[in-house]
Amino acid sequence: MSAALLVAVLLEPGEALRLDARHWTGLLAAARGERLIGTLAAKLDGLDVPPDVAAILADARLDNLRERRQALWEVDRALAALAPLDCPVVLLKGSAFIAAGLLAGQGRAIGDLDILVPRERLDEVEAALLSAGWEWVKPDPYDDIYYRRWMHELPPLIHHDRDRMIDVHHTILPLTARPRPDAAAMIADAVPLEGGGAVLRIDDMLCHAAAHLLADGDMAGGLRNLWDIHCLILEHGEAPNFWLALDRRARQHGLTGPMRRAVRLSHRIFGTEAPAAWLKGAVFDALFEARLLTRNDWGLEERPFLRLAFYIRSHWLRMPPLMLARHLWTKWRKGYRPVGP
Amino acid sequence: MRHEIGLGIGPATFRIGSAWRAPLDALARLYAAYPPVDLSRRVPDFTVRLQPTRPWRRLIRPSIFIAGDHWLPEAAPMALEHGLLAAEMGMNLQMALGWRRHVLLHASSVERDGKAIIITGESGSGKSTLAAMLGERGWRLMGDEFALLDPVSGAVFPFPRLISLKNQAIDIATAGIASERLGPLMAATAKGDIRHLVPRADAIARMKEPATPALLLFPQYGPAADRRPVDPGEAFVRLTQASTNYVALGEAGFRALTRFVTQVPAVALDYPDSATVFAAIDDLWSRIG
Amino acid sequence: MGVTYRAEAPDQIVIEHLGAIDLLYHHRSGATHLVAAPMPQILEALGDGPATVADLIGRLAAQFDFDAAEDMASLLEQRLAELAALGLVRVDG
Repeated sequence: MSAALLVAVLLEPGEALRLDARHWTGLLAAARGERLIGTLAAKLDGLDVPPDVAAILADARLDNLRERRQALWEVDRALAALAPLDCPVVLLKGSAFIAAGLLAGQGRAIGDLDILVPRERLDEVEAALLSAGWEWVKPDPYDDIYYRRWMHELPPLIHHDRDRMIDVHHTILPLTARPRPDAAAMIADAVPLEGGGAVLRIDDMLCHAAAHLLADGDMAGGLRNLWDIHCLILEHGEAPNFWLALDRRARQHGLTGPMRRAVRLSHRIFGTEAPAAWLKGAVFDALFEARLLTRNDWGLEERPFLRLAFYIRSHWLRMPPLMLARHLWTKWRKGYRPVGP
Repeated sequence: MRHEIGLGIGPATFRIGSAWRAPLDALARLYAAYPPVDLSRRVPDFTVRLQPTRPWRRLIRPSIFIAGDHWLPEAAPMALEHGLLAAEMGMNLQMALGWRRHVLLHASSVERDGKAIIITGESGSGKSTLAAMLGERGWRLMGDEFALLDPVSGAVFPFPRLISLKNQAIDIATAGIASERLGPLMAATAKGDIRHLVPRADAIARMKEPATPALLLFPQYGPAADRRPVDPGEAFVRLTQASTNYVALGEAGFRALTRFVTQVPAVALDYPDSATVFAAIDDLWSRIG
Repeated sequence: MGVTYRAEAPDQIVIEHLGAIDLLYHHRSGATHLVAAPMPQILEALGDGPATVADLIGRLAAQFDFDAAEDMASLLEQRLAELAALGLVRVDG
């Protein structure tokens, strides 16, 4: 399985020097499939790889520079648009890792800009973005009502000149999900950045990453999210009281289960160091591990039934059963099918 | 993937995997004259996958989903008998979304004496057909779909994939050409009728050889013959619109295109028939030192 | 009137002159802008340091003849707002 090879090379880049052409091909396809090619290219920088591989990795490093530049520019533009509101703006996920100069940001693919703002300021934020050139991504009446009623974010906005999306969150999990993270505390304790805006405290970043990986979504692309978690712990895990604070914070957000499982999975897959008390095994971890490592040497996810099981689980997590049935029915009528390519 | 083939076109290499044998057999026949790519020794730039839309659609009403390193979730599935087209579209998609070593221009190009004509325009402008016909009339065909502009040297590199002919252009451009150089006629695809043409042997043998851009043409098939110069500013804007990776390349792309439009004369050509356009090209070429 | 305008640092901007228009590449955003007079002149004048609209009129007057009847201030404010929307100019105060 190439996902396992990808993990091995990310942890020990020198291992790559022993690969033959077939293994390199599988490794690169899996890395692209998991959106970890940029991270891989950053890790392998400076190693004496075969010339055909070197050219591919050089392209990926060029893309890393552009991703970084574009992510920082979107942050700049959003902060400029929201500056008159004097409202806290907390960057989330990849943009936050890059803006805060964290290890997790190295080579990371970004895509959309995610920000967190207080729920009571949502209308003002929305209005300010709309007047600064962002517009709704083709509103679909069902999706729009669904978003506004149940989601943790505004429907996505796209900038009409720059063609880049922004997701404005007021909390980190859908309102229909069982855990109710304390978004107000996250915003109150966020760490201001020099150039404006703020990022979550490290323990909140980890809670968010764990929630995103395990309490929201079907874990497609989960390996990259788990890599974020590994990098955050690698960089900060030795700080005094780190684990105690993380434990307390996860409990405050109702995320103890996902946070513990995320740490165990990161330990299982990336060998992340954690206190023994955090690593007491749970029966289903092996299944989660298998789900995260389904990518093969064609960059394709194997084990469709395992993936389908996680897809259904992801909706179960987010919604009470009756709502789930209504939601899936509406999606199916519109021709949506869960098992993607 | 059950079946695979390695292909090299110009500077790019591909691994194409398929759930079915037929599309790869068609590729193997039409790409037989290209230098082989041995996937056990060479790491290809891109992977293309021709996969069933659903697991059971490999055998029951086979339906191809085009995927790979780069893919579009909204791409419409294709019928198995259009598998060759699916493979070509998959390779185009990798180039359009993933190529970073040149400014990729959605343009055809032909060469003579080390100098190249770059022909661009919207689909329906005839750029592919013109290049195909020039390629049979003493020019070296460099590519019917993508021209690769080197940001370092300013030279244009070839990408002579199979020439994709559409609808009425099929009869016009394949007249007198041996059947070994023609792919199957694929009727009623999403793009109309499609037939592939293998470039001439010299185009394939010299597929790594660049040329200096000497003329930029914007042809437009229409009722009246007309010819007018295009100023560098307009040429620049039209080239950025014809490039899929201009933004991705950042300053290198900006410098390459500004240099290109300041050095290469650009002409818009309206033509009612092929005789007119060939005469105009001969005339323009004779004025280029 | 405390509003001052600052231009992006000169090393963030590459300008190529192509006949009647100027092409401007902006590093920080990775965007290319097609600009015509007086945009490049405004950016150049701001290159001497942050300025209010009144300062800017003074700087540009050295280079250009203004039609006195024209409302230069409001014209410049409009152009500056456009440059600010592109992120090429920052507004302080």
